[in-house]
Amino acid sequence: MTWIAIGAIADIPPRGARCVATPQGKIAVFRTADDQVFAIDDHCPHKGGPLSQGIVHGAAVTCPLHNWVISLETGKALGADEGSVRTLPLKVEGERIFIALEALASKAA
Amino acid sequence: MSEKLVIIGNGMAPGRMLEHLLEAAPDRYAVTIFNAEPRVNYDRIMLSPVLSGEKAFEEIVIHGDGWYIKHGITLYKGHRIVAIDREAKTVTSDHGVTESYDRLVIATGSVPFIIPVPGKDLPGVLTYRDLDDVNAMLLAAQSRAKAVVIGGGLLGLEAAAGLKERGMDVTVLHVMPTLMERQLDPAAGYLLQKAVEARGIKVMAKANTKAIFGNGKVEGVELMDGTIIPATLVVMAVGIRPSTALAKEAGLEVNRGIVVDDRMRTSDPAIMALGECAEVGGHVYGLVAPLYEMARVAAAGLADGEDRRFVHSDTPTKLKVTGIDLYSLGDFADGEDREEIILRDASAGIYKRVVLQDNRIIGTVLFGETADGAWFNDLKKKATDISEMRDTLIFGQAFQGGASSDPLAAVAALADDAEICGCNGVCKGKITGAITVKGLTGLDDVRGHTKASASCGSCTGLVEQLLKLTLGEAYNPAAVQPMCGCTSLGHDDVRRLIKAKGLKTIPAVMQELEWKTSCGCAKCRPALNYYLVCDWPDQYADDYQSRFINERVHANIQKDGTYSVVPRMWGGVTSAAELRAIADVVDKFEIPMVKVTGGQRIDMLGIRKEDLPAVWSDLGKAGFVSGHAYAKGLRTVKTCVGTDWCRFGTQDSTGLGIRIEKFMWGSWTPAKVKMAVSGCPRNCAEATCKDVGVVCVESGYEIHFAGAAGLDIKGTEVLGLVKTEDEALEVIVALVQMYREQARYLERIYKWAKRIGTAEIKRQILDDGEKRKVYYQRFVFSQKFAQVDPWSERVSGKDKHEFRPMASVGFAEAAE
Ligand code: SRM
Ligand SMILES: Cc1cc2nc3c(=O)[nH]c(=O)nc-3n(C[C@H](O)[C@H](O)[C@H](O)COP(=O)(O)OP(=O)(O)OC[C@H]3O[C@@H](n4cnc5c(N)ncnc54)[C@H](O)[C@@H]3O)c2cc1C
Ligand code: SF4
Ligand code: FES
Repeated sequence: MTWIAIGAIADIPPRGARCVATPQGKIAVFRTADDQVFAIDDHCPHKGGPLSQGIVHGAAVTCPLHNWVISLETGKALGADEGSVRTLPLKVEGERIFIALEALASKAA
Repeated sequence: MSEKLVIIGNGMAPGRMLEHLLEAAPDRYAVTIFNAEPRVNYDRIMLSPVLSGEKAFEEIVIHGDGWYIKHGITLYKGHRIVAIDREAKTVTSDHGVTESYDRLVIATGSVPFIIPVPGKDLPGVLTYRDLDDVNAMLLAAQSRAKAVVIGGGLLGLEAAAGLKERGMDVTVLHVMPTLMERQLDPAAGYLLQKAVEARGIKVMAKANTKAIFGNGKVEGVELMDGTIIPATLVVMAVGIRPSTALAKEAGLEVNRGIVVDDRMRTSDPAIMALGECAEVGGHVYGLVAPLYEMARVAAAGLADGEDRRFVHSDTPTKLKVTGIDLYSLGDFADGEDREEIILRDASAGIYKRVVLQDNRIIGTVLFGETADGAWFNDLKKKATDISEMRDTLIFGQAFQGGASSDPLAAVAALADDAEICGCNGVCKGKITGAITVKGLTGLDDVRGHTKASASCGSCTGLVEQLLKLTLGEAYNPAAVQPMCGCTSLGHDDVRRLIKAKGLKTIPAVMQELEWKTSCGCAKCRPALNYYLVCDWPDQYADDYQSRFINERVHANIQKDGTYSVVPRMWGGVTSAAELRAIADVVDKFEIPMVKVTGGQRIDMLGIRKEDLPAVWSDLGKAGFVSGHAYAKGLRTVKTCVGTDWCRFGTQDSTGLGIRIEKFMWGSWTPAKVKMAVSGCPRNCAEATCKDVGVVCVESGYEIHFAGAAGLDIKGTEVLGLVKTEDEALEVIVALVQMYREQARYLERIYKWAKRIGTAEIKRQILDDGEKRKVYYQRFVFSQKFAQVDPWSERVSGKDKHEFRPMASVGFAEAAE
């Protein structure tokens, strides 16, 4: 597995998100209040809303378009809604964040 | 591809059918509804509480606009279907829309019967069927004049009680000797008449209407015996007829109603009918319980689900006039083979009668005390032999088996399959089961999950007792609606405690008020952030991560993830230089759409997030600041041209509008605030439907507030008249500050005003000069920290990281 550095934890505000641009579309990288970091496609399973722009609470984000709540851990919609978004393998070494290249490639396939 | 389901009529029956259908087969049909009434599905039963003022229309909506959007249902409001082409399988509306169907459901309900007397078409003669009728009655009631209600049945009496509540002088004309003779025996009818008269309503029995007279509008009613009753409003509530004309023209089999089999199928296999327009097994119905059963049957048929058949059953009648309790069920006519048990308590105004045949209940009439209705209904339904309890039967359930007369014990004694909610056919076991399994804690929960008590509401007491029974101490009926799942405190308590405990950060609030989640949710965090901004303007650091994206980036997110940008145009006034600057920005950033908004300014739509700071930078150079088109804050102040140009202008409305906007922009508020200033009562700036409005008159400035023109439409209330512009500004600012400090997050001014009362607002803002000044000063203080243009702040580098990706990866690989 090839890990690509995408930046540092400090680049993302706590309870916030930033995007990583890839040729296949944006990936949203989230940081929770307790400094866990997650990466998922920036594409809501409902109607494609940019999840990176939502409000982050616990390990979940509320989509800015129609308020679906998506689990950052599983990518699944919580509550009554059904759908899921791809999660990407991610690791943190010290301050630096890496995401897995294979995962990027598989998205293109 | 999903099949096309078209529904004609959007009343209570098809609404319920869709709920069942969406549950059973959510994606099976593409649904289109045509409704002659220009609105969503609402609880028609509850029109009487709307008429009397006990409820607002918004409280009786069953499916709001959002529901249709959520389920992808197309609703044509205000479209009456005028033709069904069964060959082509299409329907056509009076506005010329034609829609094809695979399956068609006719649910056209009923039309009120109009007695064919001279004068029936005069203005001021109404029926009682829909919201328009209620609104027309309310308008007529404003004159506090005389009303005549023709018809002493359920609808007529509810209309009469409502009009009386609204201050009218009401007479009910009833053609039969006693009221509600189809549901009540003469003894109960007599008691009912006394109860109605005790509320100041006149009742004339055996009154046969000869004519309605008047010159251009109603002036009175003339009876066969020559009696003249003056009236400015006549309501005819003499019965309904199934609305079948459309089906008849289409060649479907029609009798009294549209004939359907016990699966709701008409004579054409592609077409179903249900609701009051349908006739099944020789019966047509006028109460919702059987219609809801039809809805279940029809949904099962459409979903190809269980084989459900419609079976006739009697539905109890109840009158929804507060303070008059009556209950009637089944057959209560006298007869050779029948016996009856009667209880009368004249001093308490109680009358109870149970009609028996072969020791089984076949009919019940209860007046004055109706708590045992459900129990009698249950005995009747199960055809229980009552010989054993014959002596005490009439005293009700509490007297059986030596049980106490405690109402809770009576409910506890009911069998699990005893019906609690007649309208929705919900039995006791289903309610207690839902309370336990789903962890329900209040009436609204039970309504949401089981529908019990969600229609006419007359079983509310029973449902509350079941809550009490199931939850014990844990049930607190006065419990306030919690802000969200993260806390059990309501908005008002949270606001109060923030001040009382001096809480100044979101984590502090969550810690001190024992939040149940670690960092809240998307509902409570924005609310808390607002409360803290409002209460500690100089000390609190706005938490951007608790703001909705629009407020975080100061632009409106669009469906494709791009943004729109709306600069302020003070009071709607612009200039060549400003327009030129906008044109240049549009060219430079290739902005795909430029639109004039409903708020007298210009919207640029489809801007990429990355471009926002550069767009603002260019706009800023031309003097623009953010229009806060995204904000729970001050939006626009619309103006008209006033004395500067208009030949009717009485004051400088444009100038005042600009002054208000410049004074108040940048302030955060519980929900958005829109204002307008009109130069004269012609009101070209539409000030009378705004959160705050000013209508200029010769003698000064009439200040309006609490209007609405979005999800709800409501004219403003008048706060008062002031003489100078300075006073107008002070009053408006104080009013908004009071609202900022008291309202719940997302509560518009009209809802807040309704909750706390307009009289209280007038008292504090207009009558109490001291209070007004204090509010005014607090607003001015908070503006010191608020009036910073968020756009220029970001252009100068604040949060610049927000606007660009943290990394770009994979592009090289892709190129290989
Ligand atoms: C742009 C505009 C439509 C237009 O092209 O004219 C508009 C656009 C939106 N309106 Fe509006 N409203 C616009 C004037 C109105 C008006 C008319 C007016 O302001 O004179 C109303 C009725 C008056 C009122 O506010 O009640 C109006 C009642 C609403 C409502 C219903 C609010 C309510 O409480 O009843 C919403 C929904 C909400 O706020 O939750 C809404 C929400 C929206 C949102 C923000 C929907 C959203 O959440 O994305 C739309 C944003 C589009 C965008 O990005 O620009 N818009 N909206 C108008 C902007 C005015 C401005 O210059 O700021
Ligand atoms: C004031 C009042 C109080 C009531 N109280 C009670 C009560 O306490 N308990 C109880 O059980 N019942 C009560 N009812 C009766 C109950 O409301 C009705 O039985 C029920 O609403 C009927 O539902 P429906 O869907 O059959 O028809 P409706 O709700 O009448 O809906 C029919 C709809 O179809 C539309 N329509 C008609 N023709 C066309 C067309 N050609 N094209 C498009 N649309 C069309 C109409 O505009 C209407 O909106 C009350 C009724 C009223 C008016
Ligand atoms: S601009 Fe307003 S009315 Fe138009 S679609 Fe958006 S919210 Fe609805
Ligand atoms: S696109 Fe995310 S909730 Fe609709």
